[in-house]
Amino acid sequence: MIEGITVYDVLAVSTIIFFIGIFGFVTRKNLISLLISTELMLNAVALNFVIFNKFLYPGQIQGYVFSLFLIAVAAAEVALAIAIIISLYRMDNSVDADDMDTLKG
Amino acid sequence: MGTKIIFYIVAGLMILFSILSVSTTRVIRAAVYLLFVMMLMGGIYFLFGYNFLAGVQLTVYSGGIAVLIVIAVLLVHNIDHRMEKIPLIEYLWKGSVLLGGSILTIFTINQFPFKRIAGTEDVSVSKIGTQLLSLGEGGFILPFEVISILLLAVMVAAIIIAKGEVTKNEEK
Repeated sequence: MIEGITVYDVLAVSTIIFFIGIFGFVTRKNLISLLISTELMLNAVALNFVIFNKFLYPGQIQGYVFSLFLIAVAAAEVALAIAIIISLYRMDNSVDADDMDTLKG
Repeated sequence: MGTKIIFYIVAGLMILFSILSVSTTRVIRAAVYLLFVMMLMGGIYFLFGYNFLAGVQLTVYSGGIAVLIVIAVLLVHNIDHRMEKIPLIEYLWKGSVLLGGSILTIFTINQFPFKRIAGTEDVSVSKIGTQLLSLGEGGFILPFEVISILLLAVMVAAIIIAKGEVTKNEEK
């Protein structure tokens, strides 16, 4: 346990960052901005895993390992998302979410 | 006391850069602010003594993902590109709804009595390595293998999707 810092402080920080990510996700229309907001949310969730592991279950490694897996999945997700964005840009010459209606019937 | 002050400075900077990252109209600046948030998150992990995780965060997130996003921005936008401004009314109602939501969430969290399980403080890197590849009780070998297959599949898929032009030409 770190002196002076409680689990509530860190959870408040991660909650605020998560809601800022949601705000970016619902206001922006650029696909890359949506990706950036998703990364903010994923970072907040990883902080939650770490903080529960550190403050509530010290000496165990579940939160630690899940944070590592989360980082790996986030890296995979970003690589795939950027490939899709570049491919869509080649097709439509735009990265605006409103223009993405290729799969619409 | 010193640790507490450092934690509050890092947390404040992290929230500030997150707000800047979603509110700026230049995509390239949003990506750079995201890089700052990721590095400060690594700083928090260092503060809690999770040195291996902090290293992974710095190399994979700030070294890999942020650079990937910056390169994607440069590939699809002019460097001076500005996004359209969010209308003030949209800013206000979405912002107030989400502010209310975050205050409600923090209030609810503060009501919950978290119980601490007694245990030794430090987690050694060798223990993580052993547990990740352990077949026995509490081992993480199956998720580890699933993640490695996932990474391989994603790399192949990313190459195929990004090279879509070639397959389209072959069909003709």
